[in-house]
Amino acid sequence: MIQKHNVIEVENLSKLFGDFAAVNQISFQVKAGEIFGFLGANGAGKTTAMKMLIGISSPTSGKATVAGFDVYREAESIKKNIGYMSQKFALYDDLTVKENITFFGGIYGLSKKQIEQKRCELVEELGLQEVTNSLVASLPLGWKQKLAFSVSLLHEPKIVFLDEPTGGVDPITRRQFWELIYKAAHNGTTIFVTTHYMDEAEYCDRVSIMVNGKIEALDTPKKLKEQYKTNTMNDVFLKLARG
Amino acid sequence: MLPIIFILPVLQLVILSNAATYEIKNISFGYVDADNSSISRGLIERFEASTYFNVTEKFSSQKEASTAMQEGSVDVYVNIPTHFERDLQKNKRNDIGVFVDAIDGSAAGVINVYATQIIRNYNKHIATDLIHVSDSVQKPISIDSIPLFWYNKTLNYKTFMVPGILVLLVTMITLFLSGMNIVREKEIGTLEQINVTPIKKYQFIIGKLFPFWVLGMGLLAVGLILAKVIFNVPILGNLLLLYGYTSVYILVILGMGLFISNFTDTQQQAMFIAWFFIVIFILMSGLFTPIESMPKWAQLLTEFNPIKYFVEIIRMVMLKGSGFTDIFPLAIKTLAYAIVMNGLAVWSYKKTT
Repeated sequence: MIQKHNVIEVENLSKLFGDFAAVNQISFQVKAGEIFGFLGANGAGKTTAMKMLIGISSPTSGKATVAGFDVYREAESIKKNIGYMSQKFALYDDLTVKENITFFGGIYGLSKKQIEQKRCELVEELGLQEVTNSLVASLPLGWKQKLAFSVSLLHEPKIVFLDEPTGGVDPITRRQFWELIYKAAHNGTTIFVTTHYMDEAEYCDRVSIMVNGKIEALDTPKKLKEQYKTNTMNDVFLKLARG
Repeated sequence: MLPIIFILPVLQLVILSNAATYEIKNISFGYVDADNSSISRGLIERFEASTYFNVTEKFSSQKEASTAMQEGSVDVYVNIPTHFERDLQKNKRNDIGVFVDAIDGSAAGVINVYATQIIRNYNKHIATDLIHVSDSVQKPISIDSIPLFWYNKTLNYKTFMVPGILVLLVTMITLFLSGMNIVREKEIGTLEQINVTPIKKYQFIIGKLFPFWVLGMGLLAVGLILAKVIFNVPILGNLLLLYGYTSVYILVILGMGLFISNFTDTQQQAMFIAWFFIVIFILMSGLFTPIESMPKWAQLLTEFNPIKYFVEIIRMVMLKGSGFTDIFPLAIKTLAYAIVMNGLAVWSYKKTT
Protein backbone atom coordinates (compact mmCIF):
# COMPACT_ATOMS: atom_id res chain seq x y z
CA MET A 1 0.00 0.00 0.00
CA ILE A 2 1.27 3.41 -0.95
CA GLN A 3 2.03 5.67 1.99
CA LYS A 4 -0.36 8.57 1.74
CA HIS A 5 0.95 12.06 2.34
CA ASN A 6 -0.17 14.29 5.17
CA VAL A 7 -2.65 17.02 4.27
CA ILE A 8 -2.70 18.52 7.76
CA GLU A 9 0.41 18.84 9.88
CA VAL A 10 0.20 20.44 13.28
CA GLU A 11 3.09 20.92 15.66
CA ASN A 12 2.86 22.44 19.12
CA LEU A 13 0.00 24.67 18.05
CA SER A 14 -1.33 26.95 20.80
CA LYS A 15 -3.92 29.65 21.16
CA LEU A 16 -3.96 31.81 24.25
CA PHE A 17 -6.74 34.13 25.34
CA GLY A 18 -4.96 36.20 27.96
CA ASP A 19 -3.48 33.65 30.36
CA PHE A 20 -5.92 30.97 29.37
CA ALA A 21 -4.62 28.39 26.90
CA ALA A 22 -7.68 27.36 24.90
CA VAL A 23 -5.43 25.19 22.78
CA ASN A 24 -2.25 24.00 24.49
CA GLN A 25 0.57 22.76 22.25
CA ILE A 26 -1.27 20.21 20.20
CA SER A 27 0.48 18.12 17.55
CA PHE A 28 -1.00 15.69 15.02
CA GLN A 29 -1.07 14.76 11.35
CA VAL A 30 -3.97 13.90 9.10
CA LYS A 31 -3.43 11.82 5.98
CA ALA A 32 -5.07 12.42 2.65
CA GLY A 33 -8.43 10.67 2.32
CA GLU A 34 -8.70 9.99 6.03
CA ILE A 35 -11.78 10.51 8.18
CA PHE A 36 -10.29 12.18 11.22
CA GLY A 37 -12.48 12.45 14.29
CA PHE A 38 -11.68 15.40 16.54
CA LEU A 39 -13.38 14.76 19.86
CA GLY A 40 -13.53 16.55 23.16
CA ALA A 41 -15.97 17.80 25.75
CA ASN A 42 -17.58 21.21 25.43
CA GLY A 43 -14.94 23.86 26.00
CA ALA A 44 -12.05 21.47 25.42
CA GLY A 45 -10.77 23.67 22.60
CA LYS A 46 -11.95 21.78 19.51
CA THR A 47 -13.60 24.70 17.79
CA THR A 48 -10.71 27.05 18.58
CA ALA A 49 -8.23 24.56 17.14
CA MET A 50 -10.36 24.09 14.05
CA LYS A 51 -10.68 27.84 13.50
CA MET A 52 -6.90 28.12 13.41
CA LEU A 53 -6.70 25.39 10.81
CA ILE A 54 -9.30 26.97 8.52
CA GLY A 55 -7.54 30.33 8.63
CA ILE A 56 -10.03 32.50 10.52
CA SER A 57 -8.09 32.64 13.78
CA SER A 58 -4.37 33.30 14.13
CA PRO A 59 -2.47 30.87 16.38
CA THR A 60 -0.45 32.27 19.28
CA SER A 61 2.44 29.90 18.67
CA GLY A 62 3.35 26.63 17.01
CA LYS A 63 3.36 25.43 13.43
CA ALA A 64 0.59 24.18 11.20
CA THR A 65 0.11 23.54 7.51
CA VAL A 66 -3.15 22.68 5.82
CA ALA A 67 -3.14 21.34 2.25
CA GLY A 68 0.52 22.33 2.19
CA PHE A 69 -0.10 25.97 3.11
CA ASP A 70 1.04 27.74 6.24
CA VAL A 71 -1.75 28.92 8.55
CA TYR A 72 0.04 32.18 9.35
CA ARG A 73 1.02 33.36 5.92
CA GLU A 74 -1.16 31.52 3.45
CA ALA A 75 -4.59 31.52 5.08
CA GLU A 76 -6.27 32.64 1.86
CA SER A 77 -4.68 29.78 -0.11
CA ILE A 78 -5.88 27.35 2.53
CA LYS A 79 -9.40 28.70 2.10
CA LYS A 80 -9.36 27.82 -1.60
CA ASN A 81 -8.59 24.22 -0.75
CA ILE A 82 -10.93 23.51 2.10
CA GLY A 83 -14.62 23.32 2.77
CA TYR A 84 -16.15 24.22 6.11
CA MET A 85 -19.42 23.58 7.80
CA SER A 86 -19.92 25.27 11.16
CA GLN A 87 -21.96 23.98 14.06
CA LYS A 88 -24.30 26.91 13.53
CA PHE A 89 -26.20 26.55 10.26
CA ALA A 90 -24.56 29.14 8.05
CA LEU A 91 -26.20 29.13 4.66
CA TYR A 92 -28.43 32.09 3.88
CA ASP A 93 -31.88 31.39 5.30
CA ASP A 94 -33.45 34.07 3.16
CA LEU A 95 -32.13 32.66 -0.08
CA THR A 96 -33.51 29.60 -1.85
CA VAL A 97 -31.62 26.32 -2.13
CA LYS A 98 -30.73 27.18 -5.70
CA GLU A 99 -29.58 30.70 -4.83
CA ASN A 100 -27.37 29.46 -2.01
CA ILE A 101 -25.68 26.99 -4.34
CA THR A 102 -25.18 29.65 -7.00
CA PHE A 103 -23.87 32.14 -4.46
CA PHE A 104 -21.31 29.90 -2.80
CA GLY A 105 -20.31 28.33 -6.11
CA GLY A 106 -19.69 31.86 -7.38
CA ILE A 107 -17.57 32.83 -4.38
CA TYR A 108 -15.34 29.82 -4.99
CA GLY A 109 -14.93 30.92 -8.58
CA LEU A 110 -16.89 28.15 -10.28
CA SER A 111 -18.15 28.93 -13.78
CA LYS A 112 -21.87 29.15 -14.48
CA LYS A 113 -21.72 25.84 -16.27
CA GLN A 114 -19.95 24.14 -13.39
CA ILE A 115 -22.42 25.57 -10.91
CA GLU A 116 -25.34 24.38 -13.01
CA GLN A 117 -23.86 20.91 -13.22
CA LYS A 118 -23.00 20.73 -9.52
CA ARG A 119 -26.44 21.93 -8.60
CA CYS A 120 -28.15 19.23 -10.63
CA GLU A 121 -25.96 16.53 -9.08
CA LEU A 122 -26.43 17.87 -5.58
CA VAL A 123 -30.17 18.32 -5.82
CA GLU A 124 -30.60 14.83 -7.18
CA GLU A 125 -28.32 13.23 -4.62
CA LEU A 126 -30.07 14.88 -1.71
CA GLY A 127 -33.51 14.50 -3.24
CA LEU A 128 -34.22 18.21 -3.07
CA GLN A 129 -36.00 18.49 -6.44
CA GLU A 130 -39.23 19.64 -4.83
CA VAL A 131 -37.64 22.41 -2.81
CA THR A 132 -34.93 23.91 -5.04
CA ASN A 133 -36.87 27.14 -5.22
CA SER A 134 -37.95 27.23 -1.58
CA LEU A 135 -36.24 29.37 0.99
CA VAL A 136 -33.67 27.46 2.98
CA ALA A 137 -35.34 28.69 6.19
CA SER A 138 -38.34 26.51 5.40
CA LEU A 139 -36.36 23.24 5.28
CA PRO A 140 -36.15 20.81 8.22
CA LEU A 141 -32.86 20.91 10.12
CA GLY A 142 -31.65 17.55 8.81
CA TRP A 143 -32.07 18.69 5.21
CA LYS A 144 -30.35 21.95 5.95
CA GLN A 145 -27.34 20.12 7.38
CA LYS A 146 -27.05 17.82 4.39
CA LEU A 147 -27.37 20.81 2.09
CA ALA A 148 -24.71 22.74 4.02
CA PHE A 149 -22.37 19.77 3.77
CA SER A 150 -22.92 19.43 0.05
CA VAL A 151 -22.41 23.15 -0.45
CA SER A 152 -19.10 22.94 1.43
CA LEU A 153 -18.02 20.33 -1.14
CA LEU A 154 -19.08 22.36 -4.20
CA HIS A 155 -15.56 23.42 -5.13
CA GLU A 156 -14.17 19.93 -4.60
CA PRO A 157 -11.89 20.86 -1.71
CA LYS A 158 -9.03 18.63 -0.61
CA ILE A 159 -10.17 18.76 3.00
CA VAL A 160 -13.52 19.45 4.52
CA PHE A 161 -13.88 20.61 8.12
CA LEU A 162 -17.11 19.71 9.86
CA ASP A 163 -17.84 21.25 13.25
CA GLU A 164 -20.49 19.13 14.97
CA PRO A 165 -22.35 18.60 11.72
CA THR A 166 -25.03 16.34 13.17
CA GLY A 167 -25.92 18.33 16.29
CA GLY A 168 -29.65 18.17 16.94
CA VAL A 169 -30.34 15.85 14.03
CA ASP A 170 -32.42 12.64 14.24
CA PRO A 171 -30.65 9.22 14.05
CA ILE A 172 -31.90 8.39 10.56
CA THR A 173 -30.65 11.68 9.14
CA ARG A 174 -27.39 11.21 11.01
CA ARG A 175 -26.94 7.87 9.34
CA GLN A 176 -27.65 9.46 5.93
CA PHE A 177 -25.26 12.24 6.76
CA TRP A 178 -22.48 9.77 7.48
CA GLU A 179 -23.20 8.06 4.18
CA LEU A 180 -22.51 11.40 2.54
CA ILE A 181 -19.30 11.72 4.51
CA TYR A 182 -18.17 8.23 3.45
CA LYS A 183 -18.96 9.03 -0.12
CA ALA A 184 -16.90 12.21 -0.01
CA ALA A 185 -14.02 10.32 1.65
CA HIS A 186 -14.28 7.64 -1.00
CA ASN A 187 -13.84 10.34 -3.63
CA GLY A 188 -10.58 11.31 -1.97
CA THR A 189 -11.68 14.21 0.24
CA THR A 190 -10.10 14.30 3.66
CA ILE A 191 -12.69 14.68 6.40
CA PHE A 192 -11.92 16.51 9.64
CA VAL A 193 -14.92 16.19 11.88
CA THR A 194 -15.81 17.10 15.46
CA THR A 195 -18.69 15.37 17.18
CA HIS A 196 -20.24 14.61 20.53
CA TYR A 197 -21.76 11.35 19.35
CA MET A 198 -19.48 8.47 20.27
CA ASP A 199 -21.15 6.11 17.83
CA GLU A 200 -20.00 8.52 15.14
CA ALA A 201 -16.49 8.37 16.54
CA GLU A 202 -16.53 4.65 15.70
CA TYR A 203 -17.02 5.55 12.03
CA CYS A 204 -13.77 7.51 11.91
CA ASP A 205 -10.47 6.13 10.66
CA ARG A 206 -8.62 7.78 13.50
CA VAL A 207 -9.76 9.74 16.48
CA SER A 208 -8.14 12.32 18.71
CA ILE A 209 -9.58 13.26 22.08
CA MET A 210 -8.96 16.72 23.47
CA VAL A 211 -9.13 17.46 27.18
CA ASN A 212 -8.56 20.97 28.51
CA GLY A 213 -6.77 22.20 25.42
CA LYS A 214 -4.49 19.18 25.01
CA ILE A 215 -4.75 16.07 22.88
CA GLU A 216 -4.81 13.20 25.37
CA ALA A 217 -5.30 10.32 22.96
CA LEU A 218 -4.93 9.76 19.24
CA ASP A 219 -5.37 6.45 17.43
CA THR A 220 -7.84 4.28 15.59
CA PRO A 221 -11.04 3.64 17.54
CA LYS A 222 -10.12 -0.03 17.77
CA LYS A 223 -6.71 0.59 19.31
CA LEU A 224 -8.08 3.22 21.69
CA LYS A 225 -10.64 0.76 23.00
CA GLU A 226 -7.90 -1.85 23.49
CA GLN A 227 -5.65 0.65 25.19
CA TYR A 228 -8.34 1.76 27.63
CA LYS A 229 -9.73 -1.76 27.95
CA THR A 230 -13.31 -0.90 27.14
CA ASN A 231 -15.85 -1.99 24.55
CA THR A 232 -17.12 1.38 23.41
CA MET A 233 -15.68 4.73 22.44
CA ASN A 234 -18.11 6.20 24.92
CA ASP A 235 -16.20 4.64 27.79
CA VAL A 236 -12.88 5.69 26.33
CA PHE A 237 -14.17 9.23 26.20
CA LEU A 238 -15.53 9.16 29.74
CA LYS A 239 -12.30 7.76 31.14
CA LEU A 240 -10.30 10.49 29.48
CA ALA A 241 -12.61 13.40 30.01
CA ARG A 242 -13.04 12.64 33.68
CA GLY A 243 -9.30 12.32 33.98
CA MET B 1 -38.63 44.83 4.19
CA LEU B 2 -38.54 46.49 0.77
CA PRO B 3 -41.99 48.13 1.10
CA ILE B 4 -41.00 49.41 4.55
CA ILE B 5 -37.83 50.92 3.13
CA PHE B 6 -39.83 52.91 0.61
CA ILE B 7 -43.10 53.63 2.36
CA LEU B 8 -41.68 54.98 5.62
CA PRO B 9 -39.44 57.62 4.02
CA VAL B 10 -42.27 58.71 1.74
CA LEU B 11 -44.53 59.20 4.75
CA GLN B 12 -41.76 61.04 6.55
CA LEU B 13 -41.16 63.30 3.58
CA VAL B 14 -44.84 64.23 3.36
CA ILE B 15 -45.33 64.68 7.09
CA LEU B 16 -42.05 66.42 7.93
CA SER B 17 -42.20 68.76 4.98
CA ASN B 18 -45.53 70.02 6.22
CA ALA B 19 -44.60 70.03 9.86
CA ALA B 20 -41.02 71.28 9.93
CA THR B 21 -41.90 74.88 9.33
CA TYR B 22 -40.42 78.16 10.44
CA GLU B 23 -43.67 79.92 9.76
CA ILE B 24 -45.78 80.56 12.81
CA LYS B 25 -49.48 80.64 12.30
CA ASN B 26 -52.49 80.71 14.59
CA ILE B 27 -50.85 82.88 17.21
CA SER B 28 -53.34 83.45 20.05
CA PHE B 29 -53.55 87.16 20.46
CA GLY B 30 -55.10 89.05 23.35
CA TYR B 31 -55.27 92.72 24.15
CA VAL B 32 -56.00 95.22 26.85
CA ASP B 33 -57.62 98.30 25.40
CA ALA B 34 -57.89 100.86 28.19
CA ASP B 35 -58.33 103.67 25.69
CA ASN B 36 -61.12 102.25 23.55
CA SER B 37 -60.69 105.00 20.96
CA SER B 38 -60.94 104.81 17.18
CA ILE B 39 -57.17 104.58 16.85
CA SER B 40 -56.83 101.76 19.38
CA ARG B 41 -59.73 99.88 17.79
CA GLY B 42 -58.10 100.39 14.39
CA LEU B 43 -54.93 98.74 15.65
CA ILE B 44 -56.79 95.71 16.98
CA GLU B 45 -58.61 95.43 13.65
CA ARG B 46 -55.22 95.22 11.95
CA PHE B 47 -54.35 92.26 14.11
CA GLU B 48 -57.73 90.71 13.42
CA ALA B 49 -57.19 91.09 9.71
CA SER B 50 -53.81 89.37 9.84
CA THR B 51 -53.73 85.68 8.92
CA TYR B 52 -51.09 84.98 11.53
CA PHE B 53 -52.99 86.16 14.59
CA ASN B 54 -56.16 84.78 16.08
CA VAL B 55 -57.65 87.43 18.27
CA THR B 56 -58.96 85.39 21.14
CA GLU B 57 -59.60 87.63 24.09
CA LYS B 58 -60.11 91.16 25.26
CA PHE B 59 -58.80 91.61 28.76
CA SER B 60 -60.01 94.26 31.14
CA SER B 61 -56.66 94.68 32.86
CA GLN B 62 -53.03 93.88 32.32
CA LYS B 63 -53.14 91.60 35.35
CA GLU B 64 -55.84 89.51 33.74
CA ALA B 65 -53.84 89.37 30.52
CA SER B 66 -50.68 88.25 32.25
CA THR B 67 -52.60 85.51 34.11
CA ALA B 68 -53.89 84.28 30.76
CA MET B 69 -50.37 84.17 29.41
CA GLN B 70 -49.25 82.29 32.49
CA GLU B 71 -51.93 79.72 31.78
CA GLY B 72 -50.78 79.59 28.17
CA SER B 73 -54.06 80.66 26.58
CA VAL B 74 -52.46 83.63 24.80
CA ASP B 75 -49.08 83.77 23.08
CA VAL B 76 -48.94 87.54 22.86
CA TYR B 77 -50.93 90.52 24.07
CA VAL B 78 -50.87 94.21 23.43
CA ASN B 79 -51.46 96.74 26.17
CA ILE B 80 -52.96 100.02 24.99
CA PRO B 81 -52.87 102.59 27.80
CA THR B 82 -55.61 105.06 28.63
CA HIS B 83 -55.61 108.38 26.72
CA PHE B 84 -53.63 106.65 24.01
CA GLU B 85 -55.30 108.57 21.18
CA ARG B 86 -55.29 111.86 23.00
CA ASP B 87 -51.60 111.66 23.89
CA LEU B 88 -50.72 110.54 20.42
CA GLN B 89 -52.34 113.54 18.87
CA LYS B 90 -50.82 115.86 21.41
CA ASN B 91 -47.27 114.53 21.47
CA LYS B 92 -47.13 112.99 18.01
CA ARG B 93 -45.82 109.86 19.65
CA ASN B 94 -46.85 107.31 22.18
CA ASP B 95 -45.86 103.85 23.40
CA ILE B 96 -47.79 100.66 23.64
CA GLY B 97 -46.67 97.45 25.28
CA VAL B 98 -46.28 94.17 23.37
CA PHE B 99 -45.90 91.15 25.61
CA VAL B 100 -44.69 87.89 24.08
CA ASP B 101 -44.55 84.47 25.71
CA ALA B 102 -40.90 83.64 25.10
CA ILE B 103 -40.75 80.04 26.30
CA ASP B 104 -39.97 79.07 22.71
CA GLY B 105 -37.36 81.71 21.96
CA SER B 106 -37.33 81.40 18.20
CA ALA B 107 -41.12 81.45 17.98
CA ALA B 108 -41.18 84.52 20.23
CA GLY B 109 -38.75 86.26 17.88
CA VAL B 110 -40.98 85.57 14.92
CA ILE B 111 -44.12 86.69 16.78
CA ASN B 112 -42.35 89.88 17.77
CA VAL B 113 -41.42 90.60 14.16
CA TYR B 114 -44.98 90.00 12.96
CA ALA B 115 -46.48 92.18 15.68
CA THR B 116 -43.98 94.98 15.16
CA GLN B 117 -44.66 94.90 11.46
CA ILE B 118 -48.39 95.31 11.96
CA ILE B 119 -47.90 98.12 14.45
CA ARG B 120 -45.38 99.88 12.24
CA ASN B 121 -47.63 99.72 9.21
CA TYR B 122 -50.52 101.03 11.25
CA ASN B 123 -48.29 103.70 12.62
CA LYS B 124 -47.38 104.85 9.14
CA HIS B 125 -51.04 104.90 8.21
CA ILE B 126 -52.16 107.01 11.16
CA ALA B 127 -49.06 109.21 10.91
CA THR B 128 -50.11 110.40 7.50
CA ASP B 129 -53.60 110.98 8.85
CA LEU B 130 -52.29 112.95 11.80
CA ILE B 131 -49.95 115.00 9.69
CA HIS B 132 -52.74 115.65 7.30
CA VAL B 133 -54.87 116.98 10.08
CA SER B 134 -52.29 119.22 11.71
CA ASP B 135 -50.06 120.69 9.03
CA SER B 136 -49.93 119.49 5.50
CA VAL B 137 -46.71 121.33 4.72
CA GLN B 138 -44.39 118.68 6.04
CA LYS B 139 -44.93 115.57 3.98
CA PRO B 140 -43.21 112.60 5.48
CA ILE B 141 -40.28 111.39 3.49
CA SER B 142 -39.84 107.75 4.09
CA ILE B 143 -37.32 105.38 2.63
CA ASP B 144 -38.69 101.96 2.15
CA SER B 145 -36.51 99.02 1.46
CA ILE B 146 -38.03 96.45 -0.83
CA PRO B 147 -36.45 93.09 -0.13
CA LEU B 148 -35.92 90.76 -3.06
CA PHE B 149 -35.52 87.16 -2.18
CA TRP B 150 -33.57 85.35 -4.83
CA TYR B 151 -33.99 81.67 -5.69
CA ASN B 152 -37.00 81.38 -3.44
CA LYS B 153 -38.98 84.49 -4.23
CA THR B 154 -41.98 83.78 -2.09
CA LEU B 155 -39.89 82.58 0.86
CA ASN B 156 -41.78 79.32 0.61
CA TYR B 157 -40.24 77.27 3.39
CA LYS B 158 -41.22 74.02 1.66
CA THR B 159 -39.03 74.88 -1.30
CA PHE B 160 -36.27 75.20 1.23
CA MET B 161 -37.07 72.23 3.47
CA VAL B 162 -38.17 69.48 1.09
CA PRO B 163 -34.78 68.96 -0.60
CA GLY B 164 -33.11 68.98 2.80
CA ILE B 165 -35.49 66.45 4.29
CA LEU B 166 -35.01 64.28 1.22
CA VAL B 167 -31.28 64.28 1.96
CA LEU B 168 -31.95 63.19 5.54
CA LEU B 169 -34.14 60.32 4.47
CA VAL B 170 -31.72 58.99 1.88
CA THR B 171 -28.92 59.26 4.45
CA MET B 172 -30.80 57.66 7.31
CA ILE B 173 -32.06 54.68 5.35
CA THR B 174 -28.71 53.91 3.76
CA LEU B 175 -26.72 54.41 6.97
CA PHE B 176 -29.00 52.24 9.09
CA LEU B 177 -29.30 49.46 6.56
CA SER B 178 -25.58 49.25 5.89
CA GLY B 179 -24.73 49.73 9.57
CA MET B 180 -26.83 46.76 10.55
CA ASN B 181 -25.77 44.58 7.70
CA ILE B 182 -22.42 42.95 8.40
CA VAL B 183 -23.05 42.82 12.12
CA ARG B 184 -26.28 40.98 11.40
CA GLU B 185 -24.33 38.35 9.50
CA LYS B 186 -21.98 38.10 12.45
CA GLU B 187 -24.95 37.37 14.68
CA ILE B 188 -26.48 34.81 12.35
CA GLY B 189 -23.16 33.09 11.70
CA THR B 190 -23.12 33.43 7.93
CA LEU B 191 -20.17 35.80 8.13
CA GLU B 192 -17.99 32.98 9.46
CA GLN B 193 -18.97 30.89 6.47
CA ILE B 194 -18.00 33.77 4.19
CA ASN B 195 -14.71 34.20 6.04
CA VAL B 196 -13.61 30.64 5.30
CA THR B 197 -14.08 31.25 1.59
CA PRO B 198 -11.28 32.75 -0.50
CA ILE B 199 -13.35 35.89 -1.15
CA LYS B 200 -11.27 39.08 -1.28
CA LYS B 201 -11.99 41.82 1.23
CA TYR B 202 -12.78 44.44 -1.39
CA GLN B 203 -15.07 42.00 -3.22
CA PHE B 204 -17.01 41.44 -0.05
CA ILE B 205 -17.36 45.17 0.67
CA ILE B 206 -18.41 45.97 -2.89
CA GLY B 207 -20.95 43.16 -2.71
CA LYS B 208 -22.32 44.71 0.47
CA LEU B 209 -22.33 48.27 -0.92
CA PHE B 210 -24.00 47.70 -4.22
CA PRO B 211 -27.57 46.74 -3.21
CA PHE B 212 -27.83 49.64 -0.78
CA TRP B 213 -26.41 52.00 -3.34
CA VAL B 214 -29.13 51.04 -5.80
CA LEU B 215 -31.69 51.43 -3.04
CA GLY B 216 -30.48 54.90 -2.10
CA MET B 217 -30.62 56.04 -5.72
CA GLY B 218 -34.14 54.63 -6.05
CA LEU B 219 -35.18 56.43 -2.89
CA LEU B 220 -33.87 59.73 -4.27
CA ALA B 221 -35.92 59.22 -7.44
CA VAL B 222 -39.11 58.56 -5.47
CA GLY B 223 -38.39 61.57 -3.24
CA LEU B 224 -37.76 63.90 -6.17
CA ILE B 225 -40.98 62.84 -7.84
CA LEU B 226 -42.90 63.54 -4.64
CA ALA B 227 -41.13 66.87 -4.18
CA LYS B 228 -42.23 67.88 -7.65
CA VAL B 229 -45.74 66.45 -7.60
CA ILE B 230 -46.84 67.18 -4.05
CA PHE B 231 -44.79 70.22 -3.07
CA ASN B 232 -44.05 71.65 -6.49
CA VAL B 233 -40.44 72.25 -5.51
CA PRO B 234 -38.58 73.68 -8.50
CA ILE B 235 -35.87 71.57 -10.07
CA LEU B 236 -33.86 74.15 -11.97
CA GLY B 237 -30.55 72.34 -12.30
CA ASN B 238 -29.51 69.26 -14.18
CA LEU B 239 -30.96 66.08 -12.69
CA LEU B 240 -28.09 64.07 -14.08
CA LEU B 241 -25.68 66.24 -12.12
CA LEU B 242 -27.71 65.69 -8.95
CA TYR B 243 -27.68 61.95 -9.57
CA GLY B 244 -24.00 61.95 -10.32
CA TYR B 245 -23.29 63.67 -7.04
CA THR B 246 -25.68 61.43 -5.09
CA SER B 247 -23.99 58.33 -6.45
CA VAL B 248 -20.77 59.44 -4.76
CA TYR B 249 -22.49 60.75 -1.64
CA ILE B 250 -24.25 57.44 -0.92
CA LEU B 251 -20.88 55.72 -1.05
CA VAL B 252 -19.71 57.95 1.82
CA ILE B 253 -22.68 56.94 3.96
CA LEU B 254 -22.46 53.26 3.05
CA GLY B 255 -18.75 53.16 3.78
CA MET B 256 -19.50 54.71 7.14
CA GLY B 257 -22.25 52.18 7.82
CA LEU B 258 -20.07 49.21 6.94
CA PHE B 259 -17.26 50.63 9.05
CA ILE B 260 -19.64 50.81 12.03
CA SER B 261 -20.87 47.32 11.25
CA ASN B 262 -17.36 45.91 11.23
CA PHE B 263 -16.56 47.42 14.59
CA THR B 264 -19.60 46.22 16.46
CA ASP B 265 -20.66 42.80 17.68
CA THR B 266 -24.40 43.21 17.92
CA GLN B 267 -27.06 45.03 15.95
CA GLN B 268 -27.96 47.05 19.06
CA GLN B 269 -24.45 48.46 19.27
CA ALA B 270 -24.46 49.28 15.58
CA MET B 271 -27.85 50.98 15.85
CA PHE B 272 -26.72 53.01 18.83
CA ILE B 273 -23.62 54.29 17.06
CA ALA B 274 -25.47 54.97 13.83
CA TRP B 275 -28.02 57.03 15.77
CA PHE B 276 -25.30 58.94 17.52
CA PHE B 277 -23.84 60.05 14.21
CA ILE B 278 -27.16 60.68 12.50
CA VAL B 279 -28.36 63.01 15.26
CA ILE B 280 -25.13 65.01 15.17
CA PHE B 281 -25.13 65.12 11.38
CA ILE B 282 -28.73 66.28 11.20
CA LEU B 283 -28.48 68.98 13.85
CA MET B 284 -25.22 70.26 12.43
CA SER B 285 -26.22 70.10 8.80
CA GLY B 286 -27.54 73.63 8.44
CA LEU B 287 -30.95 72.21 7.71
CA PHE B 288 -32.66 73.35 10.88
CA THR B 289 -30.26 75.97 12.19
CA PRO B 290 -27.96 78.11 10.09
CA ILE B 291 -24.32 77.05 10.35
CA GLU B 292 -23.26 80.72 10.30
CA SER B 293 -24.74 81.22 13.76
CA MET B 294 -22.89 78.28 15.34
CA PRO B 295 -19.74 78.86 17.40
CA LYS B 296 -16.45 78.62 15.51
CA TRP B 297 -15.51 75.14 16.75
CA ALA B 298 -18.93 73.81 15.78
CA GLN B 299 -18.60 75.36 12.35
CA LEU B 300 -15.30 73.56 11.98
CA LEU B 301 -16.96 70.25 12.89
CA THR B 302 -19.61 70.73 10.24
CA GLU B 303 -16.84 70.52 7.66
CA PHE B 304 -16.82 66.77 8.36
CA ASN B 305 -20.54 66.40 8.06
CA PRO B 306 -21.49 64.73 4.78
CA ILE B 307 -25.15 65.69 5.22
CA LYS B 308 -24.10 69.33 5.17
CA TYR B 309 -22.43 68.84 1.80
CA PHE B 310 -25.45 67.16 0.31
CA VAL B 311 -27.97 69.64 1.74
CA GLU B 312 -25.93 72.46 0.27
CA ILE B 313 -25.59 70.81 -3.11
CA ILE B 314 -29.16 69.63 -3.49
CA ARG B 315 -30.36 73.18 -2.74
CA MET B 316 -27.82 74.66 -5.13
CA VAL B 317 -28.77 72.34 -7.96
CA MET B 318 -32.51 72.25 -7.43
CA LEU B 319 -33.21 75.83 -6.40
CA LYS B 320 -30.39 77.81 -8.02
CA GLY B 321 -29.76 75.65 -11.02
CA SER B 322 -26.06 75.43 -10.20
CA GLY B 323 -23.88 73.63 -12.67
CA PHE B 324 -20.94 71.30 -12.41
CA THR B 325 -18.35 74.02 -11.82
CA ASP B 326 -20.40 75.46 -8.94
CA ILE B 327 -20.56 72.23 -7.02
CA PHE B 328 -17.11 71.02 -8.04
CA PRO B 329 -15.26 71.92 -4.80
CA LEU B 330 -17.85 70.20 -2.61
CA ALA B 331 -18.06 67.25 -4.97
CA ILE B 332 -14.32 66.71 -4.74
CA LYS B 333 -14.50 66.79 -0.94
CA THR B 334 -17.30 64.24 -1.03
CA LEU B 335 -15.30 62.00 -3.32
CA ALA B 336 -12.31 62.15 -1.00
CA TYR B 337 -14.61 61.36 1.91
CA ALA B 338 -16.01 58.36 0.04
CA ILE B 339 -12.55 57.01 -0.66
CA VAL B 340 -11.51 57.37 2.97
CA MET B 341 -14.69 55.81 4.39
CA ASN B 342 -14.66 52.85 2.05
CA GLY B 343 -10.96 52.38 2.58
CA LEU B 344 -11.72 52.17 6.31
CA ALA B 345 -14.57 49.76 5.64
CA VAL B 346 -12.32 47.40 3.69
CA TRP B 347 -9.53 47.77 6.24
CA SER B 348 -11.77 47.13 9.24
CA TYR B 349 -13.28 44.01 7.73
CA LYS B 350 -11.15 41.26 9.20
CA LYS B 351 -11.37 37.74 7.91
CA THR B 352 -9.43 36.48 10.91
CA THR B 353 -9.83 37.08 14.61
